[in-house]
Amino acid sequence: MSRLNQIELALAGMMLGVSPWIIDAAPYESTMGLVQKIFYYHMPAAWLFLLAALVAGVASGMFLFGKKKDADGWALAAAEMAVVFGIITLVTGPLWARKAWGIWWVWDARLTSSLILWMIFVAYLLLRRYGGPGSDKLGAGMALFGLANVPFIFVSVNVWRTLHPQTSVVPTLPVQMGGPLWFCLTAFLLLFLALMSMRARLERQRVRIENLYLAEDEA
Amino acid sequence: MRFCRVLFVTAVLAAGVMPSAASEALAQPKPSADEFVPLDEVPPEEQIPAINLVAAAYGFVWIVVVGYVWSLGKRLQQAESEIAALERKAR
Repeated sequence: MSRLNQIELALAGMMLGVSPWIIDAAPYESTMGLVQKIFYYHMPAAWLFLLAALVAGVASGMFLFGKKKDADGWALAAAEMAVVFGIITLVTGPLWARKAWGIWWVWDARLTSSLILWMIFVAYLLLRRYGGPGSDKLGAGMALFGLANVPFIFVSVNVWRTLHPQTSVVPTLPVQMGGPLWFCLTAFLLLFLALMSMRARLERQRVRIENLYLAEDEA
Repeated sequence: MRFCRVLFVTAVLAAGVMPSAASEALAQPKPSADEFVPLDEVPPEEQIPAINLVAAAYGFVWIVVVGYVWSLGKRLQQAESEIAALERKAR
């Protein structure tokens, strides 16, 4: 683990450690009450889920069309981040919805497309793990498909009628609610950067191990 | 003759009762499992306290984050020790 990763992880850990007190100090939302506090973890996780899918797609494009081998390691790291932050989003959302909407899940455009995006990256990881030779290029194609889903997920709440709040909610938040949200987003972002860098490093080490085994066989 | 009278009375009664039963059925459809029920009208035994949901959400996030950091750290450590062993062997 690099020094920068250690600092990022320590900072993220400290910020997430104090976040319950900061969130507790934020005012209650008038209609939903206490359960709305899930928002402060749900939303940063959802944004990073989309960011991870974006990075995985762009890196896969660079690997496929720009023939950049390093980009594949970053795509794999970002895909794993998409699965981690995606499961956080997909679990915290229904826990909030159960109280706010009275149901755990609705098959609307936002929720369904988010689930599909998460499943694309789960399939990507399974393909990379068990797909054998050529799975890197096939996986890159899947990640591009996931990338195409990102703008659709983002605008879905504004285009289709759904129970999910629209994208216009965040800019209109009062400072007492916006402050804790940006604090949590910074903590999650630091965590995301540290974990993605560590995961990409693991992939470089795997390539190095493969090369060492190949050199051993040749000798 | 008596049979005809009974038949007539039955027919009149049926004609009077059936439409009203049908309209009642239309006016009060059976509640379905998918039907919207306002939250304040949900029976208390079906309500989940908000604190349980908030605690579950925050607990889940912490478990996933700590679990993933631990798993990644372990995988990195394994890879580093494998590299060190292979390099020693190569020398």
